[in-house]
Amino acid sequence: WLILDWFPYKMNMFQSVTSALDNTLASDPTAVIFGEDVAFGGVFRCTVGLRDKYGKDRVFNTPLCEQGIVGFGIGAAVAGATAIAEIQFADYIYPAFDQIVNEAAKYRYRSGNLFDCGSLTIRAPWGCVGHGSLYHSQSPEAFFAHCPGIKVVIPRSPVQAKGLLLACIADQNPCIFFEPKILYRAAVEQVPVEPYTLPLSQAEVLQEGSDVTVVAWGTQIHVMREVADMAQEKLGVSCELIDLQTILPWDVETICKSVVKTGRLLISHEAPITGGFAAEISSSVQEQCFLNLEAPISRVCGYDTPFPHIFEPFYIPDKWKCFDAIKKMINY
Amino acid sequence: MKNMLTTISNALCRITGRNVLLIDLSEYVNVTSLATPTLAQTLRQPPKPPPVGPRAPAAAQLVSAQTDRLDGPGTSVVVSRSFADFTSQATFDIKKCDVHRLEEAPPLKAELTRDQGLQYYRVMQTVRRMELKADQLYKQKIIRGFCHLYDGQEACAVGIEAAINPSDHLITAYRAHGYTYTRGIAVKEILAELTGRKGGVAKGKGGSMHMYAPHFYGGNGIVGAQVPLGAGIALACQYQGNNQVCVSLYGDGAANQGQLFEAFNMAALWKLPCVFVCENNKYGMGTSVERASASTDYYKRGDYIPGIRVDGMDVLCVREATRFAADHCRSGKGPIIMELQTYRYHGHSMSDPGVSYRTRDEIQEVRSKSDPITMLKERMLSNNMASVEEFKEIDVAIRKEVEEAAQFATSDPEPPLEELCNHLFSNDLPLEVRGTNPWVQLKSVS
Repeated sequence: WLILDWFPYKMNMFQSVTSALDNTLASDPTAVIFGEDVAFGGVFRCTVGLRDKYGKDRVFNTPLCEQGIVGFGIGAAVAGATAIAEIQFADYIYPAFDQIVNEAAKYRYRSGNLFDCGSLTIRAPWGCVGHGSLYHSQSPEAFFAHCPGIKVVIPRSPVQAKGLLLACIADQNPCIFFEPKILYRAAVEQVPVEPYTLPLSQAEVLQEGSDVTVVAWGTQIHVMREVADMAQEKLGVSCELIDLQTILPWDVETICKSVVKTGRLLISHEAPITGGFAAEISSSVQEQCFLNLEAPISRVCGYDTPFPHIFEPFYIPDKWKCFDAIKKMINY
Repeated sequence: MKNMLTTISNALCRITGRNVLLIDLSEYVNVTSLATPTLAQTLRQPPKPPPVGPRAPAAAQLVSAQTDRLDGPGTSVVVSRSFADFTSQATFDIKKCDVHRLEEAPPLKAELTRDQGLQYYRVMQTVRRMELKADQLYKQKIIRGFCHLYDGQEACAVGIEAAINPSDHLITAYRAHGYTYTRGIAVKEILAELTGRKGGVAKGKGGSMHMYAPHFYGGNGIVGAQVPLGAGIALACQYQGNNQVCVSLYGDGAANQGQLFEAFNMAALWKLPCVFVCENNKYGMGTSVERASASTDYYKRGDYIPGIRVDGMDVLCVREATRFAADHCRSGKGPIIMELQTYRYHGHSMSDPGVSYRTRDEIQEVRSKSDPITMLKERMLSNNMASVEEFKEIDVAIRKEVEEAAQFATSDPEPPLEELCNHLFSNDLPLEVRGTNPWVQLKSVS
């Protein structure tokens, strides 16, 4: 039986999310999933079939009120339920920002560990999608990275998505799980049907290298994979590619160990460059590894503008801009 | 007297079989339209005058005592025949509006002149055709991104615009193409904005949800965020004492947003001249109103703010109710809520088929029984206010206009790359914008 149970099944990212939620609802009787339009399956089909399987008291729609959704989720979590809230797009999470930062993040701290909302997980589609324009493409992880008390996690593929989501749900801290929406259908992998977790706050080294450390998360990992190949082919440069996975609290050790080895660091993300999370990584790394650095730490990120309507191909940090940055670092 | 002349001239035409009258009756009877001054100035004139084709008498407009914005030596034709053939004004019964915390209600009868009827028909049909063209362009992937179409709800935009002045203010959510048109922007600028070209109303930088016009503040993507803005605009009107109102629209989904109630409280407290309009099209994206709201009486949701519930598929009902509401605000009584019960034929956006949460039968039923354009047309035809051919000619003209606009929208060039960083801040000298790596810096000019 066991071997058949562990037989992997080809899933794309939204199916792997559905699988993770299915596992959770099956094993945890207190688990509830709620958000806008989740009942019929969700706008990205992440909750398809769950309402029919587990009942409408466990998978239900909320009205259109993000602040209400998160506030409600915090309350449900404090009372003991495993609350999984969906925010329809990460761009709409700002009405709930106060609830997340002022209530969820500080609950345990301010009550001296008497109460906590650790069983709250917030899921939101994240990142650019090719035609999302101003309000369907944002990457707000940097806003939340500034808030001690919550965890922020971003997967790069279906296998990571399921493992990290289950880890977030199991984790006894309020977590925000951003799902790269462009990968919902595009990324397909063999994903185990049974539940499994991947460790939080641990960066993963995807490819070992000796010349440049490249750090990214979410969709950008796939771009950097291409860049690493290009660098190897055209410049003979070997890149060490690291997926940060957990933005907060982030794995300082893995990154620094890698930079000590290579001496160069490139960080890339879609969010605007000023105050983006690359700034935090860059600052910490230069503190720890100053004498090991061969070249200034390079950040290839989005421009300091709102996410544009039609200039998206120019806006995003594509492989050419990253390749150019590597070239300049090597020749510093 | 008029009826007698009409009957005589009709009979004469039939007997003689000729299109031209034997005598010019305009000398004997007053040709002016009976529109009151306020109505005349609210008539929204489309950019192009109606075509004066070979069968000119039927299609040309009456000359009215007050000159329309379109009037010029070339465009107006004194035509006796159309006056003699058609009723120039009729009164229609409109549905009673439920009220909340109001002693009076909007009237049960509405007057419609021939001019107004044709005008409303023209505008509604243009919005309809424009939205259908946008649908087509989206399916051809010429328009990309998110596109929320307004067809089915035209009576709301046209009715509201007919009742307010161009100097009044309006702000709405993302289903904004109809309002952009009624507030004065040409079809080609709207379509060019959808396709993201520099001829677009926001220079191609905003897209479907961000179109603006004088006294029209968009076009807002975040649900409910525009309502506190509307209350603020109303405050400006009150402060400046200019007797203007702000019409602040939102949908049945947004009616559950917290910031709306904050705006209601402020508006009522300070008696702001704000007309809050809830366009209830029965579905907040995929969720029906019963499943989203504890109370679906959206006109009562303002609690201490008076409310009216209006049949949003009848342009006359919307017009009368908006007039009533605007008068209420202008007289200093404070805000008022109007719930327009309407329906959208398309799904929430182009990526929503619109049939997974409602049946095709339902959509068909609304289309056949309560379509706003058909209702107006039938009213006018059954009261002999216009002819079928006239409507056909208007349709043809609109189709042509929309085709040309689509042509423009497809062929206009995209904005230059410099526009990516422009208009971030207000600045005199160009501001340097940091980019995707430290070696690339773009300039931002405002």
